[in-house]
This record gives sequence, C-alpha cells and structure tokens, in this order.
Amino acid sequence: MTETHADYRLSQLDELEAESIHIFREVAAEFEKPVLMFSGGKDSIVMMRLAEKAFYPAKIPFPVLQVDTGYDFPEVLETRDNWVNRLGVRLIVASVEDAIKNGVVVDDGKTSRNRLQIGTLLNAIEEEGFTAAFGGGRRDEEKARAKERVYSHRDDFGQWDPKMQRPELWSLYNGRIHGGEHMRIFPLSNWTELDIWHYIGREGIEIPNIYFSHRRRVFERDGMLLSESEHNPTKSGETVEERTVRFRTVGDLTLTGCVESEAATIPEIIDEIAIARVTERGATRGDDRFSEAAMEDRKREGYF
Amino acid sequence: MDLLRFATAGSVDDGKSTLIGRLLLDSKAIFEDQLEAVETTSKSRGYDYTDLALLTDGLRSEREQGITIDVAYRYFATPTRKFIIADTPGHVQYTRNMVTGASTADLGLVLVDARQGLTEQSRRHAVILSLLRVPHLVLAVNKMDLVDYDQAVYDRIHEEFTAFATKLNIPDLEIIPISALKGDNVVTRSEHMPWYDGSSLMHHLEHVHVASDRDLVDARFPVQYVVRPKSDEFHDYRGYAGQVAGGVLKPGDDVLVLPSGMTSKIAGIDLFDKEITEAYPPMSVTVRLEDDVDVSRGDMICRPQNAPKPSQDIDAMICWMTNEPLKPRQKLAIKHTTRTGRALIKDIQYRLDVNSLHRDQDTKELALNEIGRVQLRTTVPLLCDPYSKNRTTGSFILIDEATGVTVGAGMINNAS
Ligand SMILES: Nc1nc2c(ncn2[C@@H]2O[C@H](COP(=O)(O)OP(=O)(O)O)[C@@H](O)[C@H]2O)c(=O)[nH]1
Repeated sequence: MTETHADYRLSQLDELEAESIHIFREVAAEFEKPVLMFSGGKDSIVMMRLAEKAFYPAKIPFPVLQVDTGYDFPEVLETRDNWVNRLGVRLIVASVEDAIKNGVVVDDGKTSRNRLQIGTLLNAIEEEGFTAAFGGGRRDEEKARAKERVYSHRDDFGQWDPKMQRPELWSLYNGRIHGGEHMRIFPLSNWTELDIWHYIGREGIEIPNIYFSHRRRVFERDGMLLSESEHNPTKSGETVEERTVRFRTVGDLTLTGCVESEAATIPEIIDEIAIARVTERGATRGDDRFSEAAMEDRKREGYF
Repeated sequence: MDLLRFATAGSVDDGKSTLIGRLLLDSKAIFEDQLEAVETTSKSRGYDYTDLALLTDGLRSEREQGITIDVAYRYFATPTRKFIIADTPGHVQYTRNMVTGASTADLGLVLVDARQGLTEQSRRHAVILSLLRVPHLVLAVNKMDLVDYDQAVYDRIHEEFTAFATKLNIPDLEIIPISALKGDNVVTRSEHMPWYDGSSLMHHLEHVHVASDRDLVDARFPVQYVVRPKSDEFHDYRGYAGQVAGGVLKPGDDVLVLPSGMTSKIAGIDLFDKEITEAYPPMSVTVRLEDDVDVSRGDMICRPQNAPKPSQDIDAMICWMTNEPLKPRQKLAIKHTTRTGRALIKDIQYRLDVNSLHRDQDTKELALNEIGRVQLRTTVPLLCDPYSKNRTTGSFILIDEATGVTVGAGMINNAS
C-alpha cells in the first residue's frame, strides 16, 4: 500500500487532480450523454489521464470527440490513436472537410480552419445529442477565460453568454439544462500551463513528440515560424529552411507556429516556460492575434 | 508546494487591480506581450505610469465600463506555493459574486484606502468573508504612500477594525500597511515603514497555515459515483468514488452508510491503481467496503459513532442571487453534496443587514444580493453538518426548477 502524507497536506498537483476527478465523476453521474473533446494537445491529454483515473478500474464511461481540421499534424493523430486504443474508448471524428462538403460550414477561403471547427463541432454535438462536452480550457490562458465557470452553459445555438453565467459556489456544480442546450465542462479551469507540464512529467504520459525540440523545415510568416506543408504553400518572399524547433500548442498546422527551442525533455520545457516571455497563445496562435478580444468573440460563437 | 485559494475584495479605486497586477508581475505570472499591451494602453490613455490594473480586467463590456463585475480567477506561484485568486467586485450590488468567490477561499484579502479608513464597504466585505467561514483574513491598508507612511493612520484603522472584528467570526486576522503602486510591503518589507514589524503581504500569503483548517476528525464521504468495471480482470470490483469531505478514512475502519443505516468496514481505499493507507480532504478516492451493502450516489459514508443526523428541516443563512425575490412557500431544487431534491421555503426569519449586522425581522422576502436566515423543508433528508463545522457538508445551492439557474447559496446553521 502507498503511504499518504503524514501531515494531511496535498501538493498543489494532487489537489488540482482531486478537484478535476471530482468534476469528471460529477458529470458522469449527472449528465445523460457526456463527451470528451480531444484536440491531441497536451491539455486534452491531461484530461484523458484524469478521466482514466476518475473511473479506474472501469473504462471511461463516455466517448472522445475529435474535430479533424484536415490540417492536423500526423504526430498528433498518432498520439491520439495510442491513447484511444490503450484506454479502449470510442473515438468519434468530426471532419471539417465533411462539414464543408455537406454545407454545415462554409469555406470562403478566408476563414481559418480553427474557426471552421466551431460549426463542425457544434454540428457533431447536436447530431449525436451530447449534453455535456469536456474541454481543456484553462483560466490562465486568456483574460476572457478568467471569468468562465467550470460548468459553462451553452444555449441551443451553442453560444456562451458571459453576462448570464450561473453563480458557481463551493464544489456544487449545477448541471441543469433544457432540451437542445448543452454544457461545456472545463475540468482544468484551475490549472496553469506549468501545472500541466509538471503533471505530464510526474505521470510520465505520452504527448505528441512535436512538443519536444526537433529539426523541421519551416518558414516565417507574420512573425511566426510555420511548418512546411502541402496544405500551406509558401508565398513569394518566404523561404523554407531547417531549424531546431518545438511547438507550444498544437492545432491547425497552417496557423500554428513553432518556436526555436532546444528543449528536448519535460524538465527542459519547464525551464524554458519558467523564463518564457511571451504567452503560449500570443506566441504561436495566428487566430488569436487579430484582436485582443478575438478569443472572446470566438467563445461567444461556441469555440472550445 | 501546496495550494492557497484566496478571495480579494475592495471598493472601486482602493487599488485592488493594482495590487493583483503587482502580485502577478512580481511572481512572473505576467508575460512580456501582456505587459507590452498594458504599457501601450497606458501610454495611449496619457498615463505617465504603467497601469497594472489593466492586466486583470476581463470581458469586453467590463473593459468598456472600466469595472470588474464578475468573479475572475487568477493564478500565480512562488517557489513555495501556488495561488488561486478569486477576484471579486466590491460593490453591494455584487454581493453574490463576493459570496461566490469567498465560498472556496482559504483566505480573504480586504483592501482599504488609508486616506479614507474603514468604510461601510470594507465592513461588509469582512462580514461576508466571516459568514462564508473563510478562516484567514488580511486587511491591507493601501496607499500608505499618500499618507506619508504615517503610523498613526495605520494604528487608527488597526484599532477600529480589530474592535469591529470581535463581532465577527475571524479566527486569524492580519493587518498590513502597503502601497500597491510603489510596492511597499507587497513582496518585500518596506523601508518607509520601519515602525511596522509584521511580514509583507506575499510572505504572509506564502506562510499562512491552511492544512489544519479542514476538519480531520469527523469522517464524511459523500458517494459520488459507483465504479463497477464488470471486466474479466475486475469482475467483482465495486467501489464508491467520491471526494473526502471530512475526517481521515483508513482501511479497516468501521463505517456507517447513510441514509440506510447499514454498517460495514472499509476493505480498501484506491487512488487510481494504488491502494492507499489513508484518505483525507480534499482527496478524490474510491472506497471499497467488506460487505455487499447497497450504496449509491447521494449516500454518505461516515463512522458509526460520529454521523450527521439525516434531516429534512433545515435552518440556514441564504444569499439570494437572482432578480425575482425569494418568498415563503416558494419551491426550489436543492443540491447538497451529491444529493439533489426539492425544498420548500417555510419561513424567512430575518434579513441580515451586511453593513450593520442588524437583523431585520420585518421583511418577509430576500431580494437579489440579500442574505437572510431561512427555514426550509426538503423532500429528501440531507446528510449535513453545521457550516461552521464543515464547509462542504454544511453548504447547498438552490436552483430554479423552471430556468435551471442557480438562485441561492445556503449555509446550514442547524438541522433537526
Ligand atoms: N498612490 C497610490 N495610488 C494607488 C495605489 N494603489 C492604487 N493606486 C491608484 O488608485 C487608482 C485605482 O486603482 P485600481 O487598482 O484601479 O483600483 P480598483 O478599482 O480597486 O481595482 C489608480 O489610479 C491606481 O494607480 C497606491 O498604493 N498608492
């Protein structure tokens, strides 16, 4: 048997873990059809780990939904498949390509894939009739998120209304919804980027290897380093060269920039973040750079 | 490294945003691009200093109005602790937001402007924090630079507040003179106030002892979820998952399951794939019992000699959180630990004036943001303790059954 601490104190990671597990169990007990939104990124992998722990030795009692932008990093899809196979959960893939083909969303050539994900996601939630969708959002990520609840109510258009949020007290979550509505659930609300990395290190769990330093053919656009890819042809004046880089977030590869980095292990990544001077979104997410309130706008529309 | 959750309250312009901005900045929770954005905005508004308050304002509408109107959570860490700040608006019309922020806080931080001294608002903030049983309180006397770091100003506020605090339930009080703008006594001790021999705010936040605030005596384990794998490997496994709300549970302990009254022994406690020797708050674990007793969500595992009495008649303080006032005879849904049921408002005994502590027995309604003492009758027995003994088993929320919205927060005085 494992001895627990004699002084009845939990470390911050243990306390965060206990809180998140409580949230997973609460949702599984109270919602008819939950689903876990899996992006393949580190946050959604930590969610998978917490869900695994919450129900062990039983399997996770809900499926996993991934929105396939068509422009995902192959390394991310590989990690996704490893996780899904190991845990024996059902994977539902909602494809942006299909959504475009079926007229669910409109690709006007100007809208980013991350944005087209919104319609694709909402459509998948509606089609499958999910009543609760776990997302990996953290409150430290962005100002607009700082006020979002753990249980974040979405109306029947999937929209978030920051003015109409329900009070959320103690650890008493209110999961009441009406037909057609659903609840976004953020079990990682109180985790910071550093907590996530410390936890991945502690748990020794698999994350996509693009988070670690590697050689990659990249080019510069709008001050970001983008990966060379058939989906993202270079424009005139853009030159491709090989550099030592890593990704701080994963998403649509045409928009997700990498940073030059030698950090090849989790402790090295933690050191790098501890002295990092630009937030992870500011550094590497093209779609957040357009305006300060961009995130808030997309959330209102039903973004993760 | 452990975790401290604290709630901040202050009236508009007392310097709360500046202080939080400084705590974030000095603990390096602010990144260069965020700081640059704030510097640019400060310049474009014609300020000759960087307005740290801009770091923390949230949603666009609030940005436009220039005030905080909802609870915002912020994070920072020092080498010894991680901190979660529930940043709450101070005005009386946002009492419910303060109550929300205080509900999970280990410590409350109230700001006053040294030039103005204690105001009705600061008293109210202290009252709310004590009602919510936040065990540690810090009164930060801010803008000491504007009163020439004068000890007499601090002493006057100290004396007045200490006298007021005796009427409240505040187990631990610290009063710290600071300048959020200049940084005095925020992270390091100030050279301008040699007469102050206490610790800086950050030092206090890092060292205040919170582990013993939790009830480690009365075992309370609300069952959240029954784990039944039904797999070949775990064919007969049946575990009761939940978060420990009180006491220390150990394998071999005799237990009583409420409301059924059945008894058994703890066969084992699982934390993921490990068996552990003891579980205490706020651990999320899975408990296995020796006997095949019928236990389900909403039940409570406790000890035979130390159990809450299941009761349907509840006496509680309620903070009302919606526009339509609370009235006697009203029916609402209630959620207490992992139990849900319905509740009938039998009587509203009095409304508490949170500024004066006066009990107004004439009102028979509670309006938005008002707090009062209420008698309820519930359809299911609650397995509860007084809130003063246990903040988890002593609290509940009320939900409007038509809209599904959380409309009230309750703290149990007594159950019979
Ligand atoms: N001189 C001085 N000014 C301060 C101090 N703290 C805050 N201020 C100023 O007081 C004003 C209100 O501060 P702010 O943080 O926005 O207050 P809030 O409304 O409580 O969040 C701003 O102009 C601040 O620069 C302080 O310690 N000393």
